[in-house]
Order: sequence, then structure tokens, then C-alpha cells
Amino acid sequence: MTAKISFTLNGKPWTGNVHPLKRLLDTLREDAGLTGTKEGCGEGECGACTVFLDGQVVMSCMVPTCQAEGKKVTTIEGLVSDGDLHPMQDCFIQEGGAQCGICTPGMIMAAVAYANDPDSAEDMREALAGNLCRCTGYTRIYESVKKAMEKMSVSEIR
Amino acid sequence: MSRAVSDTPIRRSSDTSQFKSVGKNPPRKESREKVTGKAKYIDDLTFEGCLYGKTVRSTIPRGKIKKITFEPGVPWEEFTVVTAKDIPGKNVVALIEMDQPFLVETEIRHMAEPIALIAHPDKGLVEKALTKVRVEYEELPAIFTIDESLSGRNIQRGRDNVFKKYHIQKGDPAPVFSRPAIVVIEGEYWTGPQEQLYIEPNGVAAVATPDGVTVWGSMQCPFYVQKGLKPLFNLPDDKIRVIYCVTGGGFGGKEEYPTLPAAHAALLSWKAGGRPVKIIYDRMEDMWATTKRHPCRTRVKTAFAKDGKLLALQVDATMDGGAYLTLSSVVLSRGTLHAFGPYACDHVTIDTRAVFTNSPPYGAFRGFGAPQTIFPLELHMDRAADRLGIEPHELRLKNILHKGDTMATGQKMEDEMDIEGILKKAMTESRYLEKRKSHREHNRTASPVKKGIGLSLFFHGAGFTGSGEVFLDSRAGLEITPAGTVRILTANTEIGQGSFTTHSQIVAEALRIPYEMIEVAPPDTAVVPNSGPTVASRTCMIVGELLRRAADDLRDLLIRSSGLSNNGYGPDEFRRAASAHAEKNGVTRVYAKYKPPAGIHWDDQTYTGSAYGAYAWACYVCDLETDLTTYQVEVKDFVAVQEVGRVIHPVIAGGQIEGGVAQALGWALYENVVLKQGVMQNTQLTNYILPTTADTPPIRVFFYENPYPNGPYGAKGLGELPMDGPAPAVASAVAFSLGGKFISSIPILPENICEILK
Repeated sequence: MTAKISFTLNGKPWTGNVHPLKRLLDTLREDAGLTGTKEGCGEGECGACTVFLDGQVVMSCMVPTCQAEGKKVTTIEGLVSDGDLHPMQDCFIQEGGAQCGICTPGMIMAAVAYANDPDSAEDMREALAGNLCRCTGYTRIYESVKKAMEKMSVSEIR
Repeated sequence: MSRAVSDTPIRRSSDTSQFKSVGKNPPRKESREKVTGKAKYIDDLTFEGCLYGKTVRSTIPRGKIKKITFEPGVPWEEFTVVTAKDIPGKNVVALIEMDQPFLVETEIRHMAEPIALIAHPDKGLVEKALTKVRVEYEELPAIFTIDESLSGRNIQRGRDNVFKKYHIQKGDPAPVFSRPAIVVIEGEYWTGPQEQLYIEPNGVAAVATPDGVTVWGSMQCPFYVQKGLKPLFNLPDDKIRVIYCVTGGGFGGKEEYPTLPAAHAALLSWKAGGRPVKIIYDRMEDMWATTKRHPCRTRVKTAFAKDGKLLALQVDATMDGGAYLTLSSVVLSRGTLHAFGPYACDHVTIDTRAVFTNSPPYGAFRGFGAPQTIFPLELHMDRAADRLGIEPHELRLKNILHKGDTMATGQKMEDEMDIEGILKKAMTESRYLEKRKSHREHNRTASPVKKGIGLSLFFHGAGFTGSGEVFLDSRAGLEITPAGTVRILTANTEIGQGSFTTHSQIVAEALRIPYEMIEVAPPDTAVVPNSGPTVASRTCMIVGELLRRAADDLRDLLIRSSGLSNNGYGPDEFRRAASAHAEKNGVTRVYAKYKPPAGIHWDDQTYTGSAYGAYAWACYVCDLETDLTTYQVEVKDFVAVQEVGRVIHPVIAGGQIEGGVAQALGWALYENVVLKQGVMQNTQLTNYILPTTADTPPIRVFFYENPYPNGPYGAKGLGELPMDGPAPAVASAVAFSLGGKFISSIPILPENICEILK
């Protein structure tokens, strides 16, 4: 049983025939071909599948695709504009915030959400506590986010 | 719970201004793909006509298979089904011993053991079908603990259930214990299993026909997979091709294990006439079925003079190996060779064994047995200090190894070393003495939050143990590309530790060309030489040195044959010479082969000699609080000081230490593998607790650099080192916070603290 579901994906309209209860994660990866969003646990604990739904951070493994109907979905692929990396991506490269890289897309999405609205969490630790990383011990991730937030405060936040 | 993110720069001691690449922090070779989501992990690859495979696993720990029924309600005629009788060659994993089947034939030896394989193009239908495979068993009595294994009542392996034993003897401790005026201290310690918990679960894809087998996957060691699959299909090396995909963490969990799913996917593809088959474990299957860190019980007995001099040391350690040998004998070896710590002692015996139980095999995990024996010795040193009335750091200072001393193996410390300097640096940076005093004062107040600080002193041997590197006989190579740049050819995988980058820096330095002119061939057994597995903190030190030597030869070749100036050249001159050479001679590759450093001798029979060519030395300090209302421990500050030869890339090296410390804090405080019938029960991230940002303290990293003559530009291995030191430092600090009440097993959970305070 499939249904026609439409939403805005990284700024462009997207329509597909998918089961309404298919996980948004699978729709993004299998139907939209965007494999930057990762699955680490399938139960909303690890944050590797973090995307924005109408600007809000969600775990796409916990969201049925029908909930995205008519909304705006942003994935890691949507952070690049005209080939330019988002400052957060750039700082993860410069500061060593990515090691094995599997948590990185989700971590960057959570970090961008925090950088865009620092009042959304008490501090960086709380903001990123839903995203597990097994490689870094988080230290280089903090350095990356701090640097990006400095850059973003002087450039246009997008 | 909220804490500010403090500044945690990586500090280092040496001047590397003479280098152009080494010691710098260029962006990682693969990081742009990783931050944009373009990096292709195994599950991101699509294969035309792909089938999705699932593994039918045993639900009893031991017994015989009576019958397998494929129940109705599933269109079985559309499925590919494989059992042991479909295997074209030998049904055995080729590793140290040939004792583990790919699929059970008759007797099940542990829970979650693979019995049958099913595959179908519809992923959802495969999951449903898995519930419709019914296996009937005849159950047999099983054993789940070290004591049950050694009791002699249920022998399932050899004569005594013992996979392997080691003995190290230096002097004779026994008579020392009866000397007068000595202090004898005994203790028993326990370290629990730990799940590697790479965030990307195990996954592979395979295409298999009688013409050859190709495997793609998440893995550390492509040549291990190749070796494992050859007897399965009766095919020669060149017909088994194994291709590494970007790998989302390994930590040892993708060292030997991927051979199993790789074989399973290949068997399904073989049966399906060569259609591609993908097997991606979900988190629960990965945690339920795959390897974990060996649990270990250790008894330590020491004799000290009243002034704290260590007179005799006896260590007796037993690891649970699970139901098949896999790598247990070598994990045990490394545990044995780290059991005596960085101390000089004339009378030492170390006795260790790995035993059989009906648990899924325990396997490689960062540190590889060393953390399991370092924890008991270091915590024992703290208990001894407490008994002797000597400060823990002073007890260590009285006994540390100096240049010219010999280890328990008889290995003489020939290189310059400064363990004392490392210890003192860690004490200074952590304000150790000041905090011991102020914490003691604080703990006398009525506050329910008690404070503790503790340290650990340890080493980690880099590279394969003993003669291991000689047997590996590794080769690494460099290739000149038509564009006049240089491509690295090794089997060593990038699993997050930064090897593509550090190798590129080493080659760039040796060739005196920019880092950007170096690329890395993705490890593929059809393309790269076998430079050995990506394990044992050997990739930078051993393989890096092979690459440095290959680079020297490549440069000499271009000087001899293509007019590269012997008196310095710029990048463009190098590019011109290299591309001219490639045009004239076609593809040019230069290889270097492993040569053991002079003066390294090891005797496998007596366990004497130089167990490792190089050791990294470290002192870690943990500062924490124990809340007596909730019994929760919160680590407030962590200082990691280490000597690792030369730091090739400070940010990557620092990242290794920080990540290893966090992983070890998890082992010490949170990660409790709950076993029932030998198998993990809490197979979810909701009930197996990893350190999050909220749990991980600021980790302050300091590198001492003391270049090692046989490592590239002086580098030694460091990847496993940070797994060794945190647990004893945590346990020591917890004991301090509890007024000297020691908890001798990890993880230290709130209920353990509650228990000891009763």
C-alpha cells in the first residue's frame, strides 16, 4: 500500500509513492536517493539520522513519511549551497570534528540547529546530548561548533 | 549536570619546524565527503537486482539441531535459502585455528550462532520470513562462567576447556612472600565485557559465482576476509576480491568478525546464481551476535618492603574466550604482556589462561587484552599505597622502570624514557596534590557530594606481539600517477583513526612534496599489497615506516631515471619528473617490505625477550564527584599525558586520545553488558549506555615527544593506549571519594556504590 506524498526536500519539491508509515529515514535514503542521513540504532537514541522537519530537529528513523507531507525537510545534503560548504561543515573539517564520519551528518544537523538558535539549549553539551559519537570523545566536535558559531555570527546565518 | 565546554587544546612538546607536513594539521583526506554526506558506506551502495540477506540464529546456548521448518505464510519459493549443506568448500572460518563453522552443521555452541541464511529482494519480507523459520533442538548442558568452565564438570574443549595458557617467570616470587618484615597484599579484580559500538553496524555485500567472489564491506582487514573465504569456496587468492567501503568505526569489532557476514552474503549470492546480496545488521542483531571485549578475572598478589619497594608480584588472570578460539590466544598474549606494568621488580610470575564457555566468541577490542590486566594492577597499586600509608604517586615513583631496567620478560629498557616526567606532568596539569588535599577536606563536610581524584600509570606496546610483525611480512607501496602525483597502496583501512591522512603526511614529508599531491587508493585486495591488518596500533608506526622507506626509494628512482634534481626540487619539478617517468615506463610502483629493527628478539616458548619494539607510556588523572544521594559518579576533569614518539598530526592524535578516553570511561562507569545464557540481553542503545556529551568531561591531552628510531619520523603507535588508563584512574578516584572503599570490578554502577556503602 503506497500513497503519494509530497514535501519540500532541501528547497525543492519532492513527490513519491511510498507507504505512509515508511520511516522518513528510508524514504530519504531509498526513494530520494539521499544517503547522507545514516541509521545507527533505529530507535531514536543515536541521532545519526537527524534531519530538520520545518526547521525542527527530528530523528528521521522515528518519523513516518506521512508526517512530512507538505512540510520542509532539510538533510545534510541541503546544507551545501552552490557548492559552498556550510560554515559548520567547513569547521568540522578544519577542527577534526569528523573521524569515522558515520555520526557526522546527524551531528552537524544538531549543531547547526543549536548554532541557529543558541537559546534552544542550556549549552552545547545539552544541545548535542542526543547525538552519539564513539570516535571523538566530543572534544573536537565542541571545537568545531565553537569555531563555526564564531564564523556564523559574523557571516549570514542560513 | 550542565558544564561549560572548557578550552581543551592539544599540547605537545617537540619542535617540528624542520618538517613541512609532519606535525602539521592538514584537513583529513576524506573529511569533505564525510561532512557533506557523500561518503559511501556499505549501506549507501546500491546493487542492481540486490537481495537482502538475514541470518537465522540459534536461540539456545548448546544443543543439536533436530529439524528446521520453513513455516507457511511466506512465499518460500521466492527465497534463496542456505544451510551448511549448501557450502561448496570447507565450512570453517580460517583464522588462528579452524574451529568455527560459518553455519552450524549439527551442534550449536552458543546463543545467536548462525544456522541458516535467507534472502529476498523485498527487505520487509525477509524480516517477516525470519520469524517463520522454526528450529527444533535437543538441548545440551551449557557453561557460562569461568568457574563453571574450569570446574571440570562439563568439558567441551580439549581436556580442560582451556584454549591457551601463558606463563612468564622472572626470579622467584614464592620465597619472597615468606620473608619477614614485608607487607603482602592480595586482591581479586573483575573487568566486564564491553561492546565496541561503532555507530555503523556490521554490513557487507557480495557477488559470488564459480568464476570468483567479490565482497564489499565495512571492515578493518580486507585480507582477513579474503583468507577466511578461500577455503569456503575452494578458490585461489586472485578469485576472492575484497573491497573496503568507508567504515563507520571499528575498534576491533570489525577486525575478525566481518569474515562471517561476508561469507554469509557470498554463500547466498552463490546459491542465487551470482545475484548481489547485502547483509546489514540492525543494532539489536549486531549487539546480540557479534564479538565483545573479553571479560577477565585477575588475582594480584604483591610483596612490598615497608618503604614501598615492590619485592614480588604474582598475577593470575583468566579470560572468558567464548565458544570458539577466534583471536583469544593473541588477546590473552597481549593481556599477559601488559600485566606487570611499568614497574621494576625482581620477582614476577604472570599466569594467564583463556577458557571456553557457551558464549558467543569474545573478540578484538581496542587495547586487545591489555586494559583487562592494567586495571587490576593499577588499582592494586592504589590499594597497596593505602595499606602502606604511602601516597599512590610516591609508591609508583619508588618502583617505576628506568633506562637499563628489565621488564618481567627480561626486555631491557634501552631507549631514553622519562616515566617520572610523565607522571609529574600529569600531576601538575591536574593539580593532583592540591586536589587530594582539598578533596579530603571537602569530604569531611556534610555535603552529600564527595570528591575524588586518582591516577594510573601504564604503557602500551605498539605493533604485533613478539615475532608477529615478522610473520605478517607486510608490504606497502607507492604508485606514480600519470599526472605526476603519488598514490599510496596499502591494505590499511581508514576507520576514523586518520590513517589515510597520517600516511599521506609521512609520504609527503619523505618525498618533500605538498600533502595535496598524495592520494590514497581505497583498500581493495585486487589493487593493494597486503600490508597487514589495521589493528594493534601498528598502522602509523609499522606501515607508515614502510611507506617512508618506499618514498625514499621512489625519490631515488626519479633522481636516477627521470632527472629529478638531487639538490632540492619544487612540486612542479617533481610532478614533471614523475609524469615523465610514468609516460616512459607505464605504471610504476615501488614497494617496501617489513624488516625487524635490529636487536629485537623474542622467544615464544619462554615468553622472554622484546615483546614489542616500542612502548607508549602514559599517566592519566581522573577528577570526579560521587553523589551519595543518587550514587552517581560524574567525571569533572580528565588529564591524559603520554609519550608516543613523534606526533604526526596533533589534531588526529589528540582525537584518538580523547575518543579512547571517552570509550574507556564508558567501560569504567556505564557500559554494562547484561548476560543471560551467555549472551547479551540489553541489545539496544536505550539500555546499553554510551557516554554522551553530558557524561564526557573535558579531556585534556598532553603529548611528550621522544622520537622512536624505527618509526616514521619517530612515531610510535597510540590508538589503543587511551583505552588502558582511564578505568583504574576512575576506580581509584571513586575509592578516594568513598573514603578508601575500593570497588574492584568495573563497570562501577550506582548500585555497586550503594552496595559497598551498606
